[in-house]
Amino acid sequence: MMELNRFNRPELTLRQKLWQVQWMFVLLLCVTATIGFVMLYSAGNGKFDPWSSKQIIRFGVSLALMLAVALTDIRVWLRLSYGIYLLTLILLIAVEFGGTIGMGAQRWIDLGFINLQPSELMKIALVLVLARYFHGMNMEETGKARYLIPPLVMVIIPTALVLRQPDLGTALMLLIASSVVFFLAGVRMWKFGVVFLGGLISMPVAWQFLKGYQKERVLTFLNPERDSLGSGYHIIQSKIAFGSGGISGKGFMQGSQSHLNFLPEKQTDFIFTMLAEEFGMAGGMALLGLYALLLAYGYAIAMRTRSQFGRLLALGVTSTFFLYVFINMAMVMGLIPVVGVPLPLISYGGTAMVTLMLGFGFLLGVHVHRDTSISHHGADDEF
Amino acid sequence: MQRENERQKVFSRRAAILGGGKLVLLSALVGRMYYLQVVESERYATLADENRINLRLLPPPRGHIVDRFGREMAVNQQNYRAVLISERTEDAETTLDALSNIIPVGEADRRRILKEIRRKRGFVPITIRENLRWKDVARIEVNIPDLPGVMIDEGQSRYYPYGRETAHVLGYVAAVSENETAGDPLLDLPGFRIGKAGIEKVHDLALRGASGSSQVEVNALGRVIRELNRQEGQPGSEITLTIDLELQRMASDRMGENSGAAVVVDIHTGDVLAMASTPAFDPNSFNNGMSAEEWKGLISNEKSPLTNKAVNGQYSPGSTYKMAVALAALEKGVITPETTFFCSGSVRLGNAEFHCWKKGGHGTVDLKRGIAESCDVYFYETAKRTGIDRIAEMSHKLGLGRPLGLDYPKEHSGLIPDRAWKKKTTGVAWQQGETLVAGIGQGYVLATPMQLAIMTARLANGGYAVVPHLTGAIRADVSAQDAPPGRPNSIGVPPEHLNAVLEAMSDVVNSPRGTARGSRIKEPGFEMGGKTGTVQVRRITKAEREQGVRKNEDLPWKFRDHAIFVGFAPISAPRYAVAVVVEHGGGGSKVAAPIAGDILLEAQRLNAAQPGRTRQVSDAAKGPADNG
Repeated sequence: MMELNRFNRPELTLRQKLWQVQWMFVLLLCVTATIGFVMLYSAGNGKFDPWSSKQIIRFGVSLALMLAVALTDIRVWLRLSYGIYLLTLILLIAVEFGGTIGMGAQRWIDLGFINLQPSELMKIALVLVLARYFHGMNMEETGKARYLIPPLVMVIIPTALVLRQPDLGTALMLLIASSVVFFLAGVRMWKFGVVFLGGLISMPVAWQFLKGYQKERVLTFLNPERDSLGSGYHIIQSKIAFGSGGISGKGFMQGSQSHLNFLPEKQTDFIFTMLAEEFGMAGGMALLGLYALLLAYGYAIAMRTRSQFGRLLALGVTSTFFLYVFINMAMVMGLIPVVGVPLPLISYGGTAMVTLMLGFGFLLGVHVHRDTSISHHGADDEF
Repeated sequence: MQRENERQKVFSRRAAILGGGKLVLLSALVGRMYYLQVVESERYATLADENRINLRLLPPPRGHIVDRFGREMAVNQQNYRAVLISERTEDAETTLDALSNIIPVGEADRRRILKEIRRKRGFVPITIRENLRWKDVARIEVNIPDLPGVMIDEGQSRYYPYGRETAHVLGYVAAVSENETAGDPLLDLPGFRIGKAGIEKVHDLALRGASGSSQVEVNALGRVIRELNRQEGQPGSEITLTIDLELQRMASDRMGENSGAAVVVDIHTGDVLAMASTPAFDPNSFNNGMSAEEWKGLISNEKSPLTNKAVNGQYSPGSTYKMAVALAALEKGVITPETTFFCSGSVRLGNAEFHCWKKGGHGTVDLKRGIAESCDVYFYETAKRTGIDRIAEMSHKLGLGRPLGLDYPKEHSGLIPDRAWKKKTTGVAWQQGETLVAGIGQGYVLATPMQLAIMTARLANGGYAVVPHLTGAIRADVSAQDAPPGRPNSIGVPPEHLNAVLEAMSDVVNSPRGTARGSRIKEPGFEMGGKTGTVQVRRITKAEREQGVRKNEDLPWKFRDHAIFVGFAPISAPRYAVAVVVEHGGGGSKVAAPIAGDILLEAQRLNAAQPGRTRQVSDAAKGPADNG
């Protein structure tokens, strides 16, 4: 037993940890990111500037960050999780209310190589803190309503702040990712039903709080043709780009929709459209396949992890990643309203890149420390 | 440990459910991709092409108009415009301020420009000013760094080098008005001009050519990225006129500020060598856009500069009609050239007295003297014997009373009255007195200067029904030759009748007592024959006549007589016919005849000076009498 559990000791050497990193997963990440560089090169009309070159640097930095997170002892993150959550929340409040105090309308913190949005960081911090909270709960406690109040508060505060910005996409992702963690932690199904029904009932009320352009987006989603030069324009043009790409696509840098600027935001939210236009369904399926592989790794890691914290963190991160993929793709293909979620690892933009790579850092870290047993309070397991 | 296992079991079960859900959602993505990229692909591919391909029209260059010798009368000129591209300037107002130091930018222009900036997309050039002088273009180009957004744009605009001198022949071009835009998509192009009058209007389609097209790839803002396909248009055809530019200019200048018209035709071919109507307008100002004052001045001018009086002015022919009356009488046999009448200065018909222009009368008058001295009494008598219907019949043979079929936008028919016409239009029967009045070309009789010139041509060419035309050849390819027109039909007037009239017309100018002796051409071989006409535009009352008729110079312009002269030259072998009308000019002999003489002399001189002039339009159709 002790022989098998040689990693059960708190002190894994760096060499042992490096050995345990899922390098195949890292390779898949690099391949996916490279597809992003190529598409940004195309979006820049055959130039690395202004997007591709910056994206390469960001990915490089994020990759280093990811490995650092992965190699740090998982119990350190467990102990720091409340602190990280609180810090992110403070930053979120700072930028949220800083606007009126004197920071201008900025909702980000300038880190030099990227502008970091606290709301984006919150996507990971929230998963982290919820994993930590439910790690300390046993099944009986999880089943009691009063134990669900603290995590609900932890979810509602940042979600409300983000919704106020207003950033519908991020708020939605925070809500869904949290629900996933609640769900995996074993919260009773009927409780979700209650919350869902409550949400349904409060929808007309929530509608009142939506900003005009948000209402517009929802209405436009329901009927894109009603405003074919306004918000519906994006969806229609995106669908045209998709459809005209066909099975094999128009060829690299040959996407007329994208290169003639019919396609809006081709370097950010609509980059998948551009890929699908230039490489057709074949290209789209290839990317989707890559994402599916990455998701599968996430599941495999979660299943092989012995600690509840690790499991919840791994699947929480994986689910966040899934949400990015699904919301973005469904949005550009006209399945859901345009909510402004980037395509992970591909879309131009630093914040999402750092957030995701931090998340993957935790995921890889969970794998490295998959056999480390953790006590309910962050110390070594009691057994 | 037990609890831990339970927790893991719940986790695993729920992870599986979650994973399944994700699989379903991913499948939805795949299905959607399949739907868009395979099922609906064709439809979207079409939409994508429509998105990016834009068809643009290329305006063809308008065909030139040249005279019978190929000299250019209407050309296209490089037109420089200052345009503003608003997206290239931060503040259009500042740019306009800077520009107004170089070229004047009026307050109205400024308002228009700012309005267009708000309405149009940022890259669409907005015209600041057209037709810049080269000096201004140079000054703008030099200052371009201080004028963000300003650009010099080149286009083509119509230019008439001889302006007023050729205005009524050529007409003018102007912007398309709204009710004309149907049909040719070219007409929708901003700044496109079409012919609005004269040759420019009659031959607008030939001159216009066919538009080319250019398929361009545009981006979402409509900005051109590149040209995919280009189809050159057909440039407008060149049109050769029968006009002799030098003669046209001379005639126009000779008419000067007089209100009237002068027409010169080749008696054998009907080629219109000159067609001047004065005063004229500057056709270039229609193209460039004229000021409100300029336009008001044109339409309120009592000398109506916008009317081509050569074909749209209708005048009583006065004594120039006497040839037609004489020929009708000769034909009917009521007179011979030797028949004489006695002119006492007036003749009575019933209660009415008809006066001769010469107080005291001409005495015994035969046909020759009747025409040469323009005796009215002789023609009262002749007309009375001939009858109005026979006079009308002869008039029609000579080309009066009906449109001649000139290739010109509008041609008035004049008026040759007969019994049937009067009964029909007024319901009252024809009075014999009216025949007398018509006999001296007054009363109902009306003719255009063009008709008078053609009448004279038919007298001088031996009685052939020439018709006038302005266009010689229309050719896109200048080397192509048009088939020459055939010789016109005879009008069926015996040569001896014509000769009697022509001899009399020679006497009008060349005999000592002729009414136009003062205007005779003295150069041997160039002599002309002709006929004067003076037309009262008001009724002379009995009281007035007794006191002595007031001289024309004492009357207000509007009440002065019209002066008319028709002539041909040279007498020995006629080639040219001319008709000159000077509205309210006074006497035909004093005002119109000198102008006609000068024009006929010039026509012959030009012909003699350049016997080898090439590209004659109707060479093959020239008559045997031609000695040129």
